[in-house]
Amino acid sequence: MTTPTVLVSNTKAVPPDAGTSVLPGGAGERELRLDLFRGLALWLIFIDHLPPNILTWLTIRNYGFSDATEIFIFISGYTAAFVYSRAMDERGFIISSARIFKRVWQIYVAHVFLFMIYLAEISYIATSFENPLYSEEMGILDFLKYPDVTIVEALLLKFKPVNMDVLPLYIVLMLALPFALWLMRRIPDTTLALAVLLYALTWQFGFALPAYPHGVWVFNPFAWQLLFVFGAWCALGGARRMAPILASRVTFVLAVAYLLFAFYVTLTWHVPQLHGYLPGWLESWMYPINKTDLDVLRFAHFLALATVTVRFLRKDWPGLTSPWLRPIILCGQHSLEIFCIGVFLAFAGHFVLAETSGGAGLHFVISMTGLVIMSCAAWLLSWYKAEVSKSGKQPVMAVSADLVGSN
Amino acid sequence: MNIVRIARVTVLALVPAWLAVTPVLADDAHFCSVPAYLLSTDSTLPKVAEAFKARAPIRVLIIGSRSSVLSGPDGAASSYPARFEAALRDKLPGIAISVVTDLHPREMAADVAGKIEKIVQERNPTLVVWQTGTVDAMRAIDPDDFRAALDTGMAALQKANADVILMNLQYSPRMETVLAATNYNDTIRVVAQEHGAPLFDRFAIMRAWSEAGDFDLFARARSIGVAARVHDCIGRALSRLVIEAARINPSELGGR
Repeated sequence: MTTPTVLVSNTKAVPPDAGTSVLPGGAGERELRLDLFRGLALWLIFIDHLPPNILTWLTIRNYGFSDATEIFIFISGYTAAFVYSRAMDERGFIISSARIFKRVWQIYVAHVFLFMIYLAEISYIATSFENPLYSEEMGILDFLKYPDVTIVEALLLKFKPVNMDVLPLYIVLMLALPFALWLMRRIPDTTLALAVLLYALTWQFGFALPAYPHGVWVFNPFAWQLLFVFGAWCALGGARRMAPILASRVTFVLAVAYLLFAFYVTLTWHVPQLHGYLPGWLESWMYPINKTDLDVLRFAHFLALATVTVRFLRKDWPGLTSPWLRPIILCGQHSLEIFCIGVFLAFAGHFVLAETSGGAGLHFVISMTGLVIMSCAAWLLSWYKAEVSKSGKQPVMAVSADLVGSN
Repeated sequence: MNIVRIARVTVLALVPAWLAVTPVLADDAHFCSVPAYLLSTDSTLPKVAEAFKARAPIRVLIIGSRSSVLSGPDGAASSYPARFEAALRDKLPGIAISVVTDLHPREMAADVAGKIEKIVQERNPTLVVWQTGTVDAMRAIDPDDFRAALDTGMAALQKANADVILMNLQYSPRMETVLAATNYNDTIRVVAQEHGAPLFDRFAIMRAWSEAGDFDLFARARSIGVAARVHDCIGRALSRLVIEAARINPSELGGR
């Protein structure tokens, strides 16, 4: 295997910086667990974007309240803080902010690119698909008759097709990152408290960003920032300070109890016969579990999941370097590219399924093919990055920071 | 040999044509059957049960949007409200059954909810089937607002002393990348539960048919054939839900 050497060469490049870092111990070492879970989140997001099939039963949203989006946003906050905080140490606030904005631009371009692919697919359906059964639903394609409005609204991030809501959320979060990070590096706990306050105010007063043609953003940035900031807080020492709490038995029992409760509630959605065993007062208190505003139940579920995971999956777990997890980890290391490829593959998969009226077998093949393509692309990107850094044209530090921060 | 082949080809060619022309005859127990759990419900329809006990007329009002009717000259007769009426009459002989529809194309749940009180006053139905969510999903209405609208509508219906069945969106696999149905279907389910109203899970039922291979809902179709057969099946499934939820025993009528 050539790929592991990529990592080794990069981590070796870090030590000059490791000593000065404000980060928790071992700042120079790459946290493979983060890559693993971000890669896993990307795989799950891809599977969830395809129509339901047998693999869908493997995705965590069927076993609890939170889903891959929470993992993705949290880890993105963590790695972004990790990388750009170090950049602020080295190059100062202005340069690091510029780098963050360059990243925002890349994400925006990626989003617009995906929108173009989406338009191509939709235009095809609009002209080729007709069925009297769906004359009402076909009306949604009327937006194609007004490209002037539609395209401009899409460029303004107000018109967002199905499954294309994560990148706009990410753009807004990254735009606020320089400011949040500046604050976080001085008064971390207060910054986290401010994030909680904004979250609470959002629930109280209903802050939201408008969407076109109606409604609000599917992922409300004013609410979801909490996960992003929490990730950043963990990266800048919070995780270390929280370690005693995480290690305590009480926390663990509470987390497991909550996960079991969430699992049971989720089960009642899929096995209607169980539904009678859920008390009415609990239901009326619990429902609806609001994804747009990151329901507290979802946030708590993510915390419980993370607590249990961190306990069982140690940083030095040998499995992290096993070739079997390699594809997922590689995907996690190139998350923007792989996310975009995943969205594109989901569109393509939909298209193939619709054109061939494919059954469960083809469905499974499409899902697996998608995961293989994503992994191959990630491997290719790693290989290319390694080649570039070998040629030594760029400063070593910039390369390694970019690698960590390909979020 | 050749004759057999020709005969086989002819039959194969004729079967789809026959199905398309006579949708009503496709009453095979295995065709478009609905998994039992999709039609079983804890909620009841007391008004329908009462009417049945008294052998009184059952007046059904279907409030819906465009997906409750098919277009074309035979559209109304082939759509599920008419098929539902026929199926229910079939199951409950001797009981006067009337089904009327009140369609609000392009109107969101909030618009319809505001009019429900007046509509129900005019028609005085025993049972209201409220098909909703499609327009709201197409316009991406805020789920909270959608839920509030459903609550308003349900309150008005229950104040008017009518039984209610909520019907959710159609399963339209071709539109999945454009139309996000899940949120709206979830909301409809929750509201139905809260108000003790049975849910006709049109989405899950149609998906079950698609997965069982009863209908190819991906394919393009110019003629009304498949659509009419789907609506026929929806009408019959809905009649089964009504009987099931009202806890009535149609065989009681046989003895008369």
